[in-house]
Amino acid sequence: MSRSTLDLWVGAFVALGIAAILFLALKVGNLIDFASAPGYRLEARFDNIGGLKLRASVKAAGVVVGRVESIKLDPATYQAVVTLRIDQGYQFTADTIASILTSGLLGDVYIGLDPGGDPKMLADGEKVAKTQSGIVLEKLIGQFLFDKAATGSAK
Amino acid sequence: MFSAAAAGFVHALRRMGSRTTAIVSWLGYATRFSIAVIRETPAAFSRFSLTMREIYFSGVLSLVIILVSGLFVGMVLALQGYDVLQRYGAAESLGVLVALSLVRELGPVVAGLLFASRAGSAITAEIGLMKATEQLSAMEMMAVDPLARVVAPRFWGGIISMPLLAALFSTLGVFGAYIVGVKLIGIDAGAFWGNMQAGVDFRYDIVNGVIKSIVFGVAVSMLAVFEGYDAKPTAEGVSTATTRTVVESSLAILGLDFVLTVFMFRGVA
Amino acid sequence: MSASIAPASAPPKAQSDFAVELADVTFAYDRRPVLTGISMQIPRGGVVGIMGGSGCGKTTILRLIGGQLKPNSGRVLVAGESVPDLDREGLHLMRRRLGMLFQFGALFTDMSVYENIAFALREHTDLPEELIRDLVLMKLHAVGLRGASRLMPSELSGGMARRVALARAIALDPMLVLYDEPFAGLDPISLGVVGQLIRRLSDALGITSLVVTHDIYESLKIVDYLYFVSEGKIIAQGTPAEVRASGDGFVRQFVDGAPDGPVPFHYPAAPYRSELLARV
Repeated sequence: MSRSTLDLWVGAFVALGIAAILFLALKVGNLIDFASAPGYRLEARFDNIGGLKLRASVKAAGVVVGRVESIKLDPATYQAVVTLRIDQGYQFTADTIASILTSGLLGDVYIGLDPGGDPKMLADGEKVAKTQSGIVLEKLIGQFLFDKAATGSAK
Repeated sequence: MFSAAAAGFVHALRRMGSRTTAIVSWLGYATRFSIAVIRETPAAFSRFSLTMREIYFSGVLSLVIILVSGLFVGMVLALQGYDVLQRYGAAESLGVLVALSLVRELGPVVAGLLFASRAGSAITAEIGLMKATEQLSAMEMMAVDPLARVVAPRFWGGIISMPLLAALFSTLGVFGAYIVGVKLIGIDAGAFWGNMQAGVDFRYDIVNGVIKSIVFGVAVSMLAVFEGYDAKPTAEGVSTATTRTVVESSLAILGLDFVLTVFMFRGVA
Repeated sequence: MSASIAPASAPPKAQSDFAVELADVTFAYDRRPVLTGISMQIPRGGVVGIMGGSGCGKTTILRLIGGQLKPNSGRVLVAGESVPDLDREGLHLMRRRLGMLFQFGALFTDMSVYENIAFALREHTDLPEELIRDLVLMKLHAVGLRGASRLMPSELSGGMARRVALARAIALDPMLVLYDEPFAGLDPISLGVVGQLIRRLSDALGITSLVVTHDIYESLKIVDYLYFVSEGKIIAQGTPAEVRASGDGFVRQFVDGAPDGPVPFHYPAAPYRSELLARV
C-alpha cells in the first residue's frame, strides 16, 4: 500500500462521509429550507389551531408556498398567534382567508390560503384578517349530537 | 459448626471485597491509561500519516459492511414500517419513520456495533499481537513511546471514522427505504421526501445523531486500544482481549445510547 | 572460583569506566523473589555472557539495565548513570545509546526490513533520506543481508530475522547492546553466523555486548567473561578457560549438560514407593 494510494482511499472515504452528512442535512432534513430561501412573514390569529404543528406546510390551491414558523398564545386575547413564512415569489391579497385544514381524514394538518379580489397585497409582517380555525373532532361530535338532539326535540 | 458458617461467610465477603477492589483498581488503571493516550494526541496529529493509515484500516475497510448493512436495514425498515403505517392510512409518513429511526438511533448504534466488531477487534488484536511478539517492548527500548506511535493514531483513527460511517449507514438506509417504498411498493416519491424533510430537523435530529456517533467512536476506540495494550502476551491472551473489546464496546454503546437519548430527546413532540 | 575480570594488560579502571554496573540488586515480581543480591561489573568493550537455567532472572537483569523495571534495592549504573533514578527525558536519552536484540527478533511486522532498520534513524535524527539509505545498507551489509532490504519480516527465515534484528539494534551505533537469547531456536549455521557477528561487531565497533543465553557451547566460543545465575544469585563467574576447567558442581553440570546434579532431575514430589502403593 503505497503512500499515495493510501491518501487517495482515505481522502475518498472522508469525502464520502461528509457528502453523506450533507445529504442527510439537506435532502433528509430541512437545513436549507429555513435558512436560504428568501421569504417574508405573515401573522394569523386563530381561536383553535387544532392539530397544527411547527413546520407544517402553508398551501395555496394545494401548492406548498411556505411553512409555519412559530406558534404562540396571546396572553391578552387567548388566541393562537401563528407566524407563517411565505416564499418570496408568492403574493397574497389583503382579504386572503387562512384556514386550518387536514389532508385526508387522519392526515397532516396544514394551513390553506384562499385569496380574494382585493387589489392590495399583504406585505411582510402584516396580519391575515380572516381566519378559519381548525377542526377539533370532539367539538364536531358534540355539535353533531347537539344538532341531533335539537331536531329530535323540535319534532 | 456455627463458627464454620461464619468463617465461610467472612471468606465469601473477602472474596467479594477483593473482586470489588480488583474492579476498582482496573478502573483506575484504565483511567490512567486513557489520560496517557489522550496526552499523546499532538503526536497523533503531527505525524498525521500514521493516523491516516489507521483511518484507512478502521474506516475504509469497514465501508463494505457498513454500506451493505445500512442498505438492508433501510429496506427492512421500509417493509415493516409500511405494513404498520398503511393500516392507518399513513403510508406517506414512511419516509419520516425511516429517516428518524436511522438518523437518531439506528445509524449511530448499529454502525457503532458493526464498527466495534470489525475495526475494534482488529485494533485490539493488532496491538495485543505487537505486545506478545515484544514489538512494543522493542519500540520502548529504542526510545520511541509506543503510546504515541502505535496507540494514539489508532485511537484517533477510530474517532474520525465513526461519525462518517454512521452517516453513510443512515444515508444508505434512507436510500434502501426509497427503493423499497417508492420503487417497489409505489408510495408517492414527493410525499416520501416531502414528509421526511418536514419531519427531520437538522439541529435536533441530525446533529444529535452525529454527536452520538462521535461519543460511540471515542468509547469503542478507547476500549479497543486499552484491551490490546493490556492483553496477556499469549495467544489466548490476545483472543480473550478481542472478545472483551467487542463485548465491552457493545455494552458501552447501548448504555451510552440510553443516557444520550434521555438527555437529547426528552420532550419529543 | 571468582576470578577478577580485568585482563592482565589493562590499566586499572576507574569507576565510570564500567559500561554496566550492578551492585547488590534485588528484584521481586509481586511477591516472588527473582534476584536476591546480584553484583556485576562489566567493562567497556568486549562480550560478557550471562547464563543460567530457565526463569532464573537473566532477562530480568536485561530489563533492569534497560530501565523497563526498577530494582527493589541496589544500584544499576549504565556508563556511570543510575538508571532507576532517570526521569523520562533522561531515560529517553540513555536508551538511544543502547541497542537491544529481543528473543526471536521482535521485528515490526508491518514494515519491511529496510524500514525496520531505518526506524530508529528516522525517529531520532534529522538525517536526509539519502544518508539514511546509506546507513541502512551499511548495517545490512555488516550482517550480510543487504540484498534482503525489500523483504517483509514474514518472508524471512529465523536466522535472517535474527540478523536483521541485530542490524536494527546497532542502527544508531550504540555503546552497549543487550542480547536476549540470540541463539534460541536457530539452526547450526545461523547459530554460528549470529555468534560470529556478535563477536566481530563488538570488536569492530567497540561495543560492549551483554549476551543472555543458555547456549553454553556458542557462548564459550565468543565471550570474554561469563556469569552463572541460579536462584537469584551469581553462583559462579570466570573466563571461558576458567569455566571449562571449573570444579564447581553447578558449572560442571551446565557445561557438561548433565541431567542430574545441583539442578535436580526430579521435580519435588512424594517418595515414589509411597505414591505407587497409595490407595487412590
